[in-house]
Amino acid sequence: MKKSVIYGAATLACMSAVAATAGTLDDVKARGKLNCGVTTGVVGFSAPNAEGVWEGFDVDVCRAVAAAVLGDSTAVEFVPTTPKTRFTALSAGEIDMLSRVTTWTLSRDADLKFTFVGVNYYDGQGFMVPQELGVSSAKELDGATVCIQTGTTTELNLADFFRSNNISYEPVPIETVAEAQQQYIAGSCDVFTTDASQLASTRATFENPSDHVILGDIISKEPLGPTVRHGDDEWADVVRWSYNALVAAEELGVTSANIGTLAESGSDNPEINRLLGKEGSMGEMLGLDADWAVRIISAVGNYGESFERNLGSQSAIGLARGLNALWTEGGLQYSPPVR
Amino acid sequence: MLIYDTRYRSLTFQVIAALVLALSFWFLGNNLIQNLRAAGLNISYSFLGETSGYDINQVLIDYDSRSTHLRAAIVGILNTLLVAFFACITATIFGVIAGVLRLSNNWLVAKVMSVYVEIFRNIPVLIWIIIIFTIMTAVLPGPRAFRGDNATASMVLDLFAFTNRGIYIPSPHFESGLFDSAVQNWLLVIAFLVGSFFATRRVSAWATAKQEATGVRPSTFWINLAIWFVPVILLMLIMGLSWEVPALKGFNFAGGIKVGGPLIALWFALSIYTGAFIAENVRAGIQAISKGQTEAASALGLRPSRVMNLVVLPQALRVIIPPLISQYLNITKNSSLAIAVGYADITATLGGITLNQTGRAIECVLLLMLFYLTISLLISVVMNTYNNAVKLKER
Repeated sequence: MKKSVIYGAATLACMSAVAATAGTLDDVKARGKLNCGVTTGVVGFSAPNAEGVWEGFDVDVCRAVAAAVLGDSTAVEFVPTTPKTRFTALSAGEIDMLSRVTTWTLSRDADLKFTFVGVNYYDGQGFMVPQELGVSSAKELDGATVCIQTGTTTELNLADFFRSNNISYEPVPIETVAEAQQQYIAGSCDVFTTDASQLASTRATFENPSDHVILGDIISKEPLGPTVRHGDDEWADVVRWSYNALVAAEELGVTSANIGTLAESGSDNPEINRLLGKEGSMGEMLGLDADWAVRIISAVGNYGESFERNLGSQSAIGLARGLNALWTEGGLQYSPPVR
Repeated sequence: MLIYDTRYRSLTFQVIAALVLALSFWFLGNNLIQNLRAAGLNISYSFLGETSGYDINQVLIDYDSRSTHLRAAIVGILNTLLVAFFACITATIFGVIAGVLRLSNNWLVAKVMSVYVEIFRNIPVLIWIIIIFTIMTAVLPGPRAFRGDNATASMVLDLFAFTNRGIYIPSPHFESGLFDSAVQNWLLVIAFLVGSFFATRRVSAWATAKQEATGVRPSTFWINLAIWFVPVILLMLIMGLSWEVPALKGFNFAGGIKVGGPLIALWFALSIYTGAFIAENVRAGIQAISKGQTEAASALGLRPSRVMNLVVLPQALRVIIPPLISQYLNITKNSSLAIAVGYADITATLGGITLNQTGRAIECVLLLMLFYLTISLLISVVMNTYNNAVKLKER
């Protein structure tokens, strides 16, 4: 009996070791669903709409990957994560990818063993204060009480900023954006700080958005991007190119409106044809089929369409493209060639 | 057959059970190591010596963002102990009052206490923490309301400021202390108080000796009062006690002592929640003493207060203390819910921000477990020692 217990335990140990090394791409295909880590609700990036369907700029990346891999942009299980739980969820394999306003840093890359496959939003940390305080610069915030979302890079940037300007502050660490909003509105903190895009998104949900100003000071670089675990390069490639396809499509003028005709009849531009699987075997190289990019664009549109729909002029948030314009228009968004 | 021999049989089963237990731990540990290795990670505590890089809003020792993660953890530990200590004291006070009053002959008082106990112990403590914190932030005015000529809020007695960020109270300090450091001056005050305590003990012993010799107990109330207050007040006058009153400066009140909103919410919620449980323990303890004891004491001519103090409570304590230990442990462990209101306890610093910034989840959680285990065992040891002192001596 004792022997069988040992054998049983040994078998289980071997099985778990095997499960850990199998490819994520195969796992996702076998499961028929993509587990994608998102926020607990940041309007514009990832939040459920009135019908309970997840929407947003980061959600579109999840949907793009699901469309490419599974052929169905709705085959996504959205897993809401807090800044504290996101990395554990990803390294434990609870989610296949994280698309959740997560800043790319050296330590997250090298020490936490994650692969950032790109930057889908170039952001920076800002401050929001009530209009009535009459504050015009972050350097006037000496002695202020500051609400921060705990477990984020903003916490560290904030400490650095106040220390280097030799002014004091009192931090109020809050777990989620919703709680931070509540504290800020009740006036138990003077300032709310997080990435500028999230400030704009938060302000858009307020009753009187014009009563609050977002200060001009941007105190950090926050390149936000989708993330996968280290050690599964095939899967990283799939996620990276699903995202790159969005940017490349905008650059090439492929939109959700003209994708039907382009996919049908092809184009004179060989790069469009390669992207849409008319020439070459790009999809095959990724472990997908030829129509992978066609499905992505039909499902979520190109990068620009997704931006305008979720964050830009067509949304309540109304952010300008800024750094996130294409490189051809003075921004930083740039896809490596599909070749 | 050996299996019918009870000695062998029980021994065999125990060995098997121990082996199964050891194997399952080995399996879990091995699984962890294998998975960590597969992910290219390792177990290391070197992050504790690195710069933390974040600030904490309530610190009892010197700390800034250049301190180490270890120091941040110590700040968290002290904050946990602070709230647990105060919550244990107030929960006991609430509990004893509610427990005794629940047995009151006054129908209204007894029913009000029943309602208190049933409401507070049947709603989760996390909900209470959040309710109290939300009410505080919503009802109390912000510091801005104190500003200007037509301020909507004002300080109570010009000494205390009740804001939605916390309560600001005047802080005492010494102008001409006998020592240079404030800590040493306060230790001197505490030394005087300890001296007073032993002096009153001597007075009581003297009164008892006198009572046994003459049958009349001399009144000691005024003597004790003088011993407690006169030396300490004299010492404070010599050292030049003065008060620093909080005043509105910039965004917040400055000066004085700030009792932060999160601390108040957590402290109060833990106290009333656990107080409801302690009330039931106290009631059970008192009811466990047979009515004959009270009646016999009354028959001897003892006044009701003496009956309670000399006969009922000493015996009831034996029943109350063991479950009271559990309640103290519960308070300490429940204080880990502090993160819900942004109170920087050990779970929020080491188990929250440090864990996040370093990604050392397993290491941090193991340290947390070790800390709570140590503290709980220490509380158990102290309370069990006390229990042994008051329990029925069987010889």
